[in-house]
Parts: sequence; C-alpha cells; structure tokens
Amino acid sequence: MPREFTPKVVTANALIEGDVVYLTADDRWSRDLSEAEVLTDEADADLRLLQAQARAGEIVGAYLADVRPAPTGPEPTHFREDFRRKGPSNLFHGKQAEGLSRA
Amino acid sequence: MYQYNDFDAGFIAERNRQFRAQVERRIDGSLTEDEFRPLRLMNGLYLQLHAYMLRVAIPYGSLDPAKLRQLAYLAERWDKGYGHFTTRTNIQYNWPQLRDVPDMLDALAEVGMHAIQTSGNTIRNVTSDHFAGAAADEIEDPRPVAELVRQWSTDHPEFQFLPRKFKIAVIASKADRAVMKSHDIGLRIVERDGARGYEVWVGGGMGRTPMVAKLLRDFLPRADLLPYLESILATYNRIGRRDNKYKARIKITVHENGLDEIRALVETEFPHRRAAFSGVDQEWLDRINATFVTPTLPERDAAAYYAARDTDPVFRAWSDTNVTPHKHADHGIVTISLKAHGATPGDATADQMRLVADLAERYGHNDIRASHAQNLVLPHVALADIPAVHAALKTAGLATGNIGLASDIIACPGMDYCALATARSIPVAQGIATRLEELKIEHEVGHLQIKISGCINACGHHHVGHIGILGLDRAGVENYQITLGGDPSETTAIGTRTGPGFAYDEIVPAIERLIFAYLDLREGPEETFLEVYNRLGMAPFKSALYDEEARAHAAE
Repeated sequence: MPREFTPKVVTANALIEGDVVYLTADDRWSRDLSEAEVLTDEADADLRLLQAQARAGEIVGAYLADVRPAPTGPEPTHFREDFRRKGPSNLFHGKQAEGLSRA
Repeated sequence: MYQYNDFDAGFIAERNRQFRAQVERRIDGSLTEDEFRPLRLMNGLYLQLHAYMLRVAIPYGSLDPAKLRQLAYLAERWDKGYGHFTTRTNIQYNWPQLRDVPDMLDALAEVGMHAIQTSGNTIRNVTSDHFAGAAADEIEDPRPVAELVRQWSTDHPEFQFLPRKFKIAVIASKADRAVMKSHDIGLRIVERDGARGYEVWVGGGMGRTPMVAKLLRDFLPRADLLPYLESILATYNRIGRRDNKYKARIKITVHENGLDEIRALVETEFPHRRAAFSGVDQEWLDRINATFVTPTLPERDAAAYYAARDTDPVFRAWSDTNVTPHKHADHGIVTISLKAHGATPGDATADQMRLVADLAERYGHNDIRASHAQNLVLPHVALADIPAVHAALKTAGLATGNIGLASDIIACPGMDYCALATARSIPVAQGIATRLEELKIEHEVGHLQIKISGCINACGHHHVGHIGILGLDRAGVENYQITLGGDPSETTAIGTRTGPGFAYDEIVPAIERLIFAYLDLREGPEETFLEVYNRLGMAPFKSALYDEEARAHAAE
C-alpha cells in the first residue's frame, strides 16, 4: 500500500519584503496560511511547486511545507512553520504585529 | 582608529554601485535568484525566516560615535528601531527590505563601514580583544595588526572561494578575551628576546566538530605575517575538503592531515610567498599604527568614583562587575551590558546606541567597542566620570550590572530569526535571566558563563560555555542538550555533554538545578562554577540534573 501523503502548502518568501507567503488556489501569494491551497495529492503538489518556482519575480525559495487540515484552514505540523507564519517569539514583530492585511 | 582613505572610499562606492545595479536587475527579472544569491551574500544580505537580514561588519569591534550613530540611523530608517550585536562583533538588521539595502550600504559607506565578506566562503570580519588599547595586561594594541589583516583579506582575489568560511582573531595579551583558540587562525602578539612577533594558532573552531586551535608556529617574525597567512590560506585552499561541507573547515584539514604535515606544507609554500612581499605591508602597518594612538589620558582625581561606591550600593554592585581596571590606574574600562534581565541578548535600540555614542564623546575619548559577548564597551573612561556614565546608562535601561555573571548570556538568534536554526535560543536566555533575577542569586553565584546556540553551527559558542546549551529538533519538538566545563579563555576547553536533552519548558529549571548544585558543592564563594566542575567532574552535576528530575517525576 502506498505511503499516505501528508497534505502540503506551497510557501516561500516575498522577493521585496522577505515576508513568508503561501500560494492560494487562485494563484495569489497570501501572507495568511489559512488562505493557502492545501495540496492532498503528491503529483498535484509537485506541479504547484514547479508553477510557484517559475514566479521568480515575486518570491524566493518556494518549497512544500507539511500542514494539518483544520476547520479554520491549514495548521503547521512543525514548530518552524508555526514561527514562520507568526514571527519571532522574543519581539512582537513580523506578521503577528502587522496583521494580515497586506496579503 | 583607522579612517578610510580615498582608495577605500572609492572601492566601497564602486561595490555599492555594482550591488545597487544587481538588486535592480533582480527586481526587474534580469537575474534569477540562483544568480543573485551569491551576489547578495557577498554583500552581507541573507534571507532568513521572516525577512532579509543585513549583517554589517564591525572590524575588530571598534566603533566611534559617528559610526554608532549611523548604525542607529539605519535601525530607525530602514529597520524596526534596533540592531542585534552578534558573537563575531557584527551588527545584524533583521527586517530590511530588498529595495532599501543599496541605500543602507551607501549610508554605511558614509561612515566607513560595509557588509562585504560577512558571508560566503571568504575571510570574515577580523576580531580582536574588546579591551584592546586599554587592557593593563596587553603588550601592545592588537588592532593595528587586525586592521592590516582586514585590508589584506578584503577582496583578496585568491581567497574569495575557499572551501569554507575562515575566521581570524588577533590578541596581544596572555588573557584571551577574544576566544582566539576557537578561530581558524588565532594570532597572539608576543615578545621574545626584545622582538615582537606572533604565536600562530590554527584549526580552532566550534560547529559540529569543535576543536581547540593548535600551535602552528611559536614565534613568527613581525614582517613575515602576511606571507605566512597567505601560505596557510593557500595550503588550505588547495587541500581543504570541498566534497563535504561538514569537513571543509581548516580544523578538519589540520585534524586529517596532522599538524606536522600542515606545517611542512605551509613552510614549503612560505618562501615563494615571502619573496612577493617587498616590505610595503610593513610600511603600511606603520601608517596604520599611527592611527591607533591610545588617547592621552589626563590625570584625574578618582575620589568621586570611590565616594560613589561608598554611598550608592547599586553603583557599587554595577561597578564591581562592569568596570575593569585600565592600564591607567585613574581610568576604567566600562562594559555596557546588552543583557538586561529578560531582554534579547545583544539587541540595542537606536536610542540606546545614540546614548552610548554621546557618552563616548563626552566621557570616553570617542572610543566604543562591540564585544563577542554581545555587549558594548567604553574602553577609556576616567574613574571620576563613571558615576555620571552610570547615571546616564540607567535612563536608557543600560545599567544592568551583570558582566561575567550567569545572566550575561551569549545567545544566537536561533529559530526566532535564523533559517538554519533547529530550535529557539533567545527565549531560553530570557527565561534563565528572568529566573536568576527572581531568585536574586547571581551575584552570590559569581562568574558563570552560559552560552546558547539554536543549532549545531554553534554561533552561540555553547561548546565553550561553562554551561553550554544546544537547541535541537528532536522528532519535531525543541530539545536542549547541556554541556559542562567549556572554557572560552586562554585555558580553552570544549564542554562535555551531560546526557539526554531537556524539553523547552524543562531547560530553565534544569539550569537552575545546576546552579544550586554548584552553590552546595563549592568550597567557598571564591571557587567558581568552572573550578568546581574541574575539581569534581560531571557526576554531582549529572545527579542534580537527572536524579532530581527522576524524583520529581516519581512524585507526580
């Protein structure tokens, strides 16, 4: 039996600001993980990653990050991704301070 | 200190012009990220977890008021109002935007600063003793030699693509305040038979394979320094391992080939290199020397200092830890702690930087240092002026009296910022310092150096902490390993692991148990944590860490 595929989102950093961004189903880059397209099929995820990587004028370093689907949208499975979506824990800077309005 | 001449200024201006054009080409799509990445790294621009990060070199930690004010200006104009002083005497800005970085570099150039070679497999920022020029025990100011090495290594065409990064430190006293033996090359200026020369140490380093540097040459004549350094670098450049990033540092080259073999290769290379040096470097060193004159310190009556110590217990406690004897007895070296309990080690706001610049101008002969321990130093302050300096520092939250104590923690940025990190380190430092402040015991505990890294690369120097903490990712959870017995001083030693690691919420209580165990074990207040560890070994500390934990768990 094939190994179960962990759901993924495509994430990267915005080229100019460096902000963490997520690829949405309608091909936008959102600052908000809850807006990210959740990819449950491996081939689909690979394709979306390739499409994202082609948008080199908008983002840097696209990759697939594991998520866990939840009623409010995808949740990170690893603490690194949890920090990436919020900002640092020592200072109230980054996304947590700026809100998500710039998406 | 050294001031840029027209050549230096022209060189930086040209590099900045090139980088501005490179950024424009990246933004307009002419350059891919793969093409741009090495270019931005050559100019100190990283991409971290949440944003870009610009790492600016502070050569051998030396600053003057104009430079520090400009660093404050950058923090305010293009960042979030603060900067982070690092363990290699650089300053990092955590939130610049790509478009603004060329302007930041131009602003730095106005005060003779840049971010070149703060990344990449090159010779990095040359570090030195943060008490240079003021320490009572130095035989000379080591900074002119550090400056010579900086000029020689900057844009050196042969050494832009080394197997791995390369770090050099220069000191001039027996006491090692610059972790010299943890550098790829450590230089100590020494005197023999009336002549000055260098001890050359090679192959020190931290990271996943910590090594203490080995003595390659016990006395190198002064004029041979640069050709000898070139011989070492050329040897390493040729035989250093490029097949495995984790074996690419010179410490591994020395370890695998043996010190004798490396020495033979270097000595074989040396005559060719030596012949190419006509002596211009020594004339240049004379010119550099002339720019590093220790300020003429007028004789000052120190009575006000001692009176303040007698009447103000807060000042007394602060000056006990933060004031070091100066080579002129009526002066002192003031260390300004960037380790307020609960704050981020090494962070300073723009206002704090400007205040320190003002104090240096008014009381400190325009001299400021950044230390590898992530503090700032005013190296030349008349004892009589120190009460006023302390009063001013208090107004800006900079009067924490903890230098050398347990809350004077070195911590890397860790997973709060760094893309390489495997766990957080800043909140662990904050948690330990806050707990120490609650307990009010750190003055009783005395000299204790805790150092925290958020990954195996060891930017937080955990290997040489009396207590070292290494944050790792264990199956998707932060886990912290403890080492004991590390020593960053001239008796350099690598710490030993205590055993299994601790979870994020267990690490501060674990450190607390170690500290109380030490207080129980010591023979008197004069016996330091490290001395107790060296006398008794791991066993009693291990017991404090794990047995009590087991008992506590059993009681639950």
